[in-house]
Amino acid sequence: MGGIPHDHYEPKSNAEKWLDSRLPIVGLIYGTLMIPTPKNLNWMWIWGIVLAFTLALQIATGVVLVMHYTPHVDMAFQSVEHIMRDVNGGHMIRYFHMNGASLFFVAVYAHMFRGLYYGSYKAPREVTWIIGMLIFILMMATGFLGYVLPWGQMSFHGTAVITGLFGAIPFVGESLQTWLLGASAVGQPALNRFFSLHYLLPFVIAALVIVHIWAFHTTGNNNPTGVEVRRGSKEEAEKDTLPFWPYFVIKDLFALAVILTVFVAIVGFMPNFLGHPDNYIEANALVTPAHIVPEWYFLPFYAILRAFDNTVWVVIFAEWISFGIIDAKFFGVLAMFGAIAVMALVPWLDTSSTRSGRYRPMFKWWFAILCVDFIVLMWAGAMPAEGIYPIIALIGATYWFAYFLVILPLLGVIEKPMAPPATIEDDFNAHYGQTAASDNSAASPAE
Amino acid sequence: MSNAAEHQATRRDFIYYATAGAGAVITGASVWPLVNQMNPSADVLALASIRQDVSAVEPGMQLTVLWQGKPVFIRHRTGAEIAEAQAQDAEAATFIDGLSRNENLDATADASDANRVMPSPEGEAEGAWIVQMGVCTHLGCVPLGDGAGDFGGWFCPCHGSHYDLAGRIRKGPAPENLPVPPARWVDSTTIELG
Repeated sequence: MGGIPHDHYEPKSNAEKWLDSRLPIVGLIYGTLMIPTPKNLNWMWIWGIVLAFTLALQIATGVVLVMHYTPHVDMAFQSVEHIMRDVNGGHMIRYFHMNGASLFFVAVYAHMFRGLYYGSYKAPREVTWIIGMLIFILMMATGFLGYVLPWGQMSFHGTAVITGLFGAIPFVGESLQTWLLGASAVGQPALNRFFSLHYLLPFVIAALVIVHIWAFHTTGNNNPTGVEVRRGSKEEAEKDTLPFWPYFVIKDLFALAVILTVFVAIVGFMPNFLGHPDNYIEANALVTPAHIVPEWYFLPFYAILRAFDNTVWVVIFAEWISFGIIDAKFFGVLAMFGAIAVMALVPWLDTSSTRSGRYRPMFKWWFAILCVDFIVLMWAGAMPAEGIYPIIALIGATYWFAYFLVILPLLGVIEKPMAPPATIEDDFNAHYGQTAASDNSAASPAE
Repeated sequence: MSNAAEHQATRRDFIYYATAGAGAVITGASVWPLVNQMNPSADVLALASIRQDVSAVEPGMQLTVLWQGKPVFIRHRTGAEIAEAQAQDAEAATFIDGLSRNENLDATADASDANRVMPSPEGEAEGAWIVQMGVCTHLGCVPLGDGAGDFGGWFCPCHGSHYDLAGRIRKGPAPENLPVPPARWVDSTTIELG
């Protein structure tokens, strides 16, 4: 695979030759693990492994939780309590699964913002980026579906609000919402199908992860300079790269160990810190919790959803120009999905020919504001929709769209980027000095 | 063998289109049941109508019942509440939603108190009974009753929508009055919903 020249697997023993001529699976694994990887990757390139680990963690803990869970409105809440109190080690398994969702989103946001800063989405890696965005959307769907299953107050009323988003679509909304819920309100049909889909989607994600890896193994990894690996010959490529195994695997596993230390501390000592106490009250259709808040990882997009009420001029204008078809409620839904859509389209919105943000003096500042904006939106989404908070959310949402739709296209025209180093080897030498560089053989570790 | 140069329809073209057409129809016919199974099932639809005995609901009391999985407020209003709700009709110009939202009436009926309440059974003052969905028209929370909010009717704690004694939205983000479901008297103490 891939355009970077490198060694290929040669079956040696008769047994290896026998298998290779029937199923070249060892060669596939060899090629995947030994992929030439830019040797200047920094610590922001560890999140892929963290994500792969978390997906495996969620599937493993999820499969065993299903052995004790009952997807019925009268028994779901009790069966979760049964897992927490009676099942051997059940409370830890559930806490790992619950907080595993948060680890998943911490890692995916870091992974995405890494890509946004270093221009990993730019040609020729657009397909990798798009597949990644599909995975992100499926992750959000899976996270939401899973949150419904314990059948607590937040599960129940959160479901009403989120499926209500589909109800806001003009003309077909109400029938669509009824179709999703299998009834006119949240109840047994919804719980049962959400359980089915929550089990299904992680495997779809796993399949897309394979496609994601396949795509960037074809183009090669991006790296902090954004400079491509030289491909003239194997010798040249080896000056810029090291094989993924063992160099990057060991580095990534070290990073994973550090992150898991923090994760296990949270699971062990404050497992409910990121949750909401209302979800430990069994679902009751007659009483709504005073303040409905989604899980923290949905908050930035929830803030955008709520930011556009009927006092904002674009909403009033959209309602007028569409003869009332796009009302404030539907506009909010469009804005929320639009906020994800503009991110997915970023390969075609960013006009700069310089890939890495490291060499773009103006871009750096706008990107820093985007990171702050994301945090501010997350905070605004957790606050009640009254007083100053909707205005803060509106400013945050405006910047989000402005960054992708105005700033990125314009920066490519007006910005004067600095010159990136000619090769990855130059960048590596500038960082580590000539001693490491004098030895170019792949057998020698880099620091 | 080759018909590439001939432009008239051949037997092979016919078989090709017939096969593709049949394939499309069969695919559609196979997928539709998989989509349609998610629509409300027969037992869910069978619960579309319920009967509720309201003989124990004294004036000034409110009963909340579940109908089709959603709460329905059945309020027996006192004389003072009826008078207050009717007095609010004078402020019709300030209503956020000027329509009755009453499924028992024409869709264009206005939001006067008389258009929001149930016809009273014999021997009771007109406007004594009001039946409406207990679902805020903003994002679906359940509003608080018994005189809550600035207008003495209902108040939604989620995002601060105020409803008056006739369930009309008067203040806050909700766009519509609380909907009035199909409701009728079966006898003088029993209401049928749906």
